[in-house]
Amino acid sequence: MKIMANDMKHTEGEVMLLKGNEAIAHAAIRCGVDGFFGYPITPQSEIIETLAMLKPWETTGMAVVQAESETASINMVYGAAGAGKRAFTSSSSPGIALMQEGISYMAGCEIPGVVIDVSRGGPGLGTIQPSQADYTQMTRGGGNGDYRCIVLAPSTVQEMADFVPLIFDLAFKYRCVGMILCDGVIGQMMEKCVLPPYQPRWTEEEIRERCPWATTGRTKERQPNIITSLEQTPEVMEERNLRMQEKYRTIQENETRCETYMTDDAEYIIAAFGISARLAVTAIDELRKEGIKAGLFRPITLWPYPYKELEALCTKKTPNGENMVKGVLCAEINGGQMIEDVRLAIHDALPIKHFGRMGGVVPEPDEIAEALKNFIGGLNR
Amino acid sequence: MSKIIGAIEVNKDRCKGCALCAAACPKGVIAMSKKVNACGYPYAEAINDSCIGCASCGIVCPDGCITVYKKKLED
Amino acid sequence: MKEMTSENIVYQRPSLMNDTPMHYCPGCSHGVVHKLVAEVIEEMHMEEKAIGVCPVGCAVFAYKYLDIDWQEAAHGRAPAVATGIKRLWNDRLVFTYQGDGDLACIGTAETIHALNRGENITIIFINNAIYGMTGGQMAPTTLIGQKTSTCPYGRDPEMHGYPLRITEIAATLEGTCYVSRQSVESAPAIRKAKAAIRKAFEASMAGKGSSLVEIVSTCNSGWKMSPVKANEWMVENMFPYYPKGDLKDRT
Repeated sequence: MKIMANDMKHTEGEVMLLKGNEAIAHAAIRCGVDGFFGYPITPQSEIIETLAMLKPWETTGMAVVQAESETASINMVYGAAGAGKRAFTSSSSPGIALMQEGISYMAGCEIPGVVIDVSRGGPGLGTIQPSQADYTQMTRGGGNGDYRCIVLAPSTVQEMADFVPLIFDLAFKYRCVGMILCDGVIGQMMEKCVLPPYQPRWTEEEIRERCPWATTGRTKERQPNIITSLEQTPEVMEERNLRMQEKYRTIQENETRCETYMTDDAEYIIAAFGISARLAVTAIDELRKEGIKAGLFRPITLWPYPYKELEALCTKKTPNGENMVKGVLCAEINGGQMIEDVRLAIHDALPIKHFGRMGGVVPEPDEIAEALKNFIGGLNR
Repeated sequence: MSKIIGAIEVNKDRCKGCALCAAACPKGVIAMSKKVNACGYPYAEAINDSCIGCASCGIVCPDGCITVYKKKLED
Repeated sequence: MKEMTSENIVYQRPSLMNDTPMHYCPGCSHGVVHKLVAEVIEEMHMEEKAIGVCPVGCAVFAYKYLDIDWQEAAHGRAPAVATGIKRLWNDRLVFTYQGDGDLACIGTAETIHALNRGENITIIFINNAIYGMTGGQMAPTTLIGQKTSTCPYGRDPEMHGYPLRITEIAATLEGTCYVSRQSVESAPAIRKAKAAIRKAFEASMAGKGSSLVEIVSTCNSGWKMSPVKANEWMVENMFPYYPKGDLKDRT
């Protein structure tokens, strides 16, 4: 696919055939992002390649910088976002691990930087093939200290584009790090995608108004703005932590997102996110043909996790007062990471089982269907 | 004939008694006090009237404790 | 004193430096360099456009003393943070203020690559040949034979390698426009150091590329000397290995 610089002229509602990675790049330019700072790593390099090809510095004024490392990239985002600019980076699993220092600093300073993870198999250098094994790294903070980042998990190329403006809005609304966690499948596959309309980048006046905390230069009207996560008095540091925890609770109460498929009469739930959710939909269609009433629960926000929504789904009663749902299969492309959140949602109320492949192997829908049948068989034995 | 006179004013509370000013003074004007300030540091003080207002003491002072004055007196 | 009024003032603390007492040890070079940075920003009328990036190390609290906007970087990452700010705020005066451990050890990659990209930033580099904040450990710039808490018998190149002259490396990079090594042990030296900082800041604002101003400094606490003795030791031992002057000037 050739991307021409004049693609910038595409208007609202225009449909393009794009890789997920390319969709992120197009969406970022269109929604008025100020800067991208990144380092090449498979399978996400098309993000910076597409940005370089589109030359947004000549049109919207967006800066695109290839840094010397993921460490430098994330710190460039920290600098730019600390100065009130909308900036992001992207990487894949080992690169994200390297960024955790900067992510923790941004969380500690309450800086709204955005990070895209197109994850691959691990641990270590692992594989370049798709994986969902970054779930824990992304949803549990990942670096040092008590913090959380908002994590969106797209499952289509369209959502890759749609979630870019959304994650910036959420990050700036709550002054926290915003993340998009996808995998090599969504990053690399091509689908048609309706691109978002162009929005101008924020002006200096808008930045000063929206980000009064940012290092925009101290005017006579205000005290110097200091962006730091350092505080030497434990009580003051605890106070800051408590305030951040309160903020995280607000996010948990207001920002959970999820979707379901065929759950109205479902007796078995497949919980899956991202690309696994799409595989699960195909599996569910097959299972339904065999008379097995399966349905999908797909969290879109991995943090905050939609615990209440999953709990409500799993505790639905039949007219005669029995549990409608008999078990939950957690299908992930990892060794069992999201299953911990599924357990936190429904505790011991229902049997829960994990199905997953690892190391860059993406399961076939049949494997998920088979895993559910085995699960049901075990329950009925 | 005109004469240059200088004077220094030391922020005693801020001074840490490092004595770099005394070493920098070409006229031997500055010495560290026998007393200490609230932080427990001896502080810089002028011990004679030989100051020429060259500002060396103020320039080398790491804590910005010294204000230097200079005046030309006409005979 | 009686006959002196404010119009007779020939030297005073720069107004950008606030009243907060600095945490630095008595006689520490940091304070002098802080004053110079403040004076140059004032003289350039950049108070409302200056954004400083402070390091991890003794200058970690630099943001408390100069009344401009600051961002605190993770250890060694200040040049990357400054890059992020400057790329998106082209008309701001963006500088980092870093020590030898921060700049020449853990942040070597960020330092060299920011300079090599020719980012229009200035790096102020305090080289006192020791990790001051953590209690006097060996730094990348510790001299051969110099004793620190992690080389208590003196730096031995067989075991510890050689002191790093990162400023010389910076001078070889195409992206740098101005690279200078100065010191602040005397009034004449301080005047020269100030001129170097001014030249660097002006080059940043003129978009000429990256600047690095190294200040060969003392750490009298870490060196276990009086401030006056530390200055003498610096002149005698540091200057031969870290010769002063402009290493590169393309401004």
